[in-house]
Amino acid sequence: MKYFGLVWAGLWRKKTRTVFTMVSIVIAFLLFGLLQGINQGFSTALARLDVDRLYVSARTGMTDGMPISYLSRIRNVPGVRAVSMWAYFGGYYQEARNPIPAFATDAVELMKVYKEIKIRPEYIEAMAKTRTGALVSEALAATHGWKVGDRVPIGTSIWTNKAGSNTWDFDIVGTFDASAYGAGFPSFYLNYSYFDEARQFGTGELHYYIVSLQDPKQAQRISREIDDMFANSSVETRTQTESALAQSQLKQFADINFIANAIVGAVLFTLLFLTANTMMQSVRERTSELAVLKTLGYSDTKVLILVMTESLLLCLFAAALGIALAALVFKSPALQKLFGDFSMPLFVAGIGAGIAVLVAFISGFPPAWRARQLNIVEALAGR
Amino acid sequence: MKLFRQIGAVTAMNFRSLPQRVSTSLVVVIGIAGVVAVLVSVLAMSTGLIRTMENTGREDRAIVMRNGSVAETSSALDRNSARLIVDGAGIKRDANGEPIVTAETFRILMLQKKADDAEISAILRGVGPKMLQVRPELTIVEGRMFQPAVAEVIVGKSAHAQFKGLNVGDVVRSRGANWTVVGVFETGGDAHESALMTDAETLNSIDQRGAFQSVTALLESPSAFQAFKDSLSANPALAVDVVRERDYYRQQSKTMTTIISVIAYVVGGIMAVGAVFAALNTMYSAVSARLQEIATLRALGFGSTAMVMSVLAEALVLALIGGVIGALLAWAFFNGNTVSTLGGGGGLGQLVFELSVSPQLMVFGIVWACIIGLIGGLFPALRAARLPVAMALRAV
Repeated sequence: MKYFGLVWAGLWRKKTRTVFTMVSIVIAFLLFGLLQGINQGFSTALARLDVDRLYVSARTGMTDGMPISYLSRIRNVPGVRAVSMWAYFGGYYQEARNPIPAFATDAVELMKVYKEIKIRPEYIEAMAKTRTGALVSEALAATHGWKVGDRVPIGTSIWTNKAGSNTWDFDIVGTFDASAYGAGFPSFYLNYSYFDEARQFGTGELHYYIVSLQDPKQAQRISREIDDMFANSSVETRTQTESALAQSQLKQFADINFIANAIVGAVLFTLLFLTANTMMQSVRERTSELAVLKTLGYSDTKVLILVMTESLLLCLFAAALGIALAALVFKSPALQKLFGDFSMPLFVAGIGAGIAVLVAFISGFPPAWRARQLNIVEALAGR
Repeated sequence: MKLFRQIGAVTAMNFRSLPQRVSTSLVVVIGIAGVVAVLVSVLAMSTGLIRTMENTGREDRAIVMRNGSVAETSSALDRNSARLIVDGAGIKRDANGEPIVTAETFRILMLQKKADDAEISAILRGVGPKMLQVRPELTIVEGRMFQPAVAEVIVGKSAHAQFKGLNVGDVVRSRGANWTVVGVFETGGDAHESALMTDAETLNSIDQRGAFQSVTALLESPSAFQAFKDSLSANPALAVDVVRERDYYRQQSKTMTTIISVIAYVVGGIMAVGAVFAALNTMYSAVSARLQEIATLRALGFGSTAMVMSVLAEALVLALIGGVIGALLAWAFFNGNTVSTLGGGGGLGQLVFELSVSPQLMVFGIVWACIIGLIGGLFPALRAARLPVAMALRAV
């Protein structure tokens, strides 16, 4: 510790160079923090998803409907706590460019399945009583300026109602807050009973049963039981846990893991050269100073350690700064909205520190070795 | 003229001393190569996607969907509408005087990627009997065409290459049918190559559906589009949107290309800032290594512009080398690589496309590199120019 002052002074011997090198390292680790943070964020978000919720869809693809008659059979499977459903409505408001993620459901059961939805009990009651009722998320209501009691026309290009129109009127009977489930959670719900009665075709079909379990440990057994129950029937089912479903949907987009790793790899490789060069320059410039240190009695190893420490300090300090910056970015409102309550995973910060140490060692070692091998007489003679 | 000679002389001197500063200079080259490589390869994704989408669709084809549909997925056209659309003005007719249209329907098939077994959704498109006339670009490269009324499919070249179980003779399961793969088709590298095709009536009867999702019509000429659109809009029995096929597909890929471009510019931008600082570092040390030299030249009467220019030229050349290396790396590693993402047909099916590192993209990357080099060289250059001669000489 008593050498800290010496190392510190060595580091700031050339201010501009140290600052520039540092900024580059900070930026590299900012990028590392952002990309790996998002990457980790996705996986932890997936892991955090409830394991006590199962999604049943048609085996051949989620766009194929399943009969409503499955509902009571799934409910009777031992270990099932509640079952709700989603039938895709695919609406838009005023024009097709304003899509509304609307689903027909059984609201009472839905709230049992998604326990973290915040909603006033009287709204659930009102929904059960109003056939043409709709529950909308607070965010969606705010976007379109809807209030409880409003009647809103929702267009759909798929479903025609019995009146022959593809604009359906719904009465907003309540709002809810489902922010616990992230931005992708459907934000507009209509009554399945009404929807099924009023549509011209597709009667009795829906797209997902959402099954809430009494005991998450039973997830596998119950999934199998449900799928076995409908094997060889007109519509075979596939039951997945919430996280398995989300994972497969995410994978359809892109292999985020690969992209993040590839970019970070390129950045860190570049960084290695940068710091190595800075350290090399700095040692070369200080040849005579290091020789003086040795003359004063510093051992070869001590000089080597001094230089290595300097490199370590530079990298660690800058890396910490970069990752802190990335953590700050994650706290920005825009990203909070996307990921829900999200902060820099400690795991990523840890890996970042590890990489910083690695970069420091690889880039600091050659100059440190050079410093160690320095011959006092030759160095002082300027040879 | 004298100025140019001075610049030339100083720059030449700089370059001759470059070998002594190899490691410092390498930092700029490698740093900038990294930035350009990442930028160009990420952008290659969106260029590839755009290229595939632009290949899909012709100016003289129009796609008709139920009004309010953003994509075919959310469209439904009953038989009656489909019949009325056929009577639209401006549709090209074949030798028998029949309009060349195809009423299409599709469903999603769950398949697996060859690369990582990831489950993906692919599109099975049911097409009308005149499909080959509507899409003359479609050719069978292996096996044969499907037969109507039996569960047979042909698969696109990209789907065949990327997804499991799509060889001729394989069977693909969907609800109500086991589809036999009978052929592989090619459509000139467009979005349809990521899909499977079968007969629309067969698909509709298996899925117990009475409706189609879209009708695609071959028009007499690109300019017949307006007449076609007007004739359908004027029909009170129809409630449809008519879009040029090319515009439709371009629209479909818009969200994805925007996302990719944003990623490219954000990541590329952040990396570029880092590279600017690396360049600053290098050029400052290049200048300080030559303080004595610069001061001497100034004392001999070389102008400050010549100094600025020579430093900038050096930064620019280093950046250029880095940019070229980066662009070439991106090209060597990624050009022609196939990737797939969600995006085909209403954002529901997988779309397979090739990364395309086009010459324009490489030039763009190199320009980006030069900008980094210029910014990184500017401040050190000014420092060299502003150096008080006497002090610099004394300092040595």
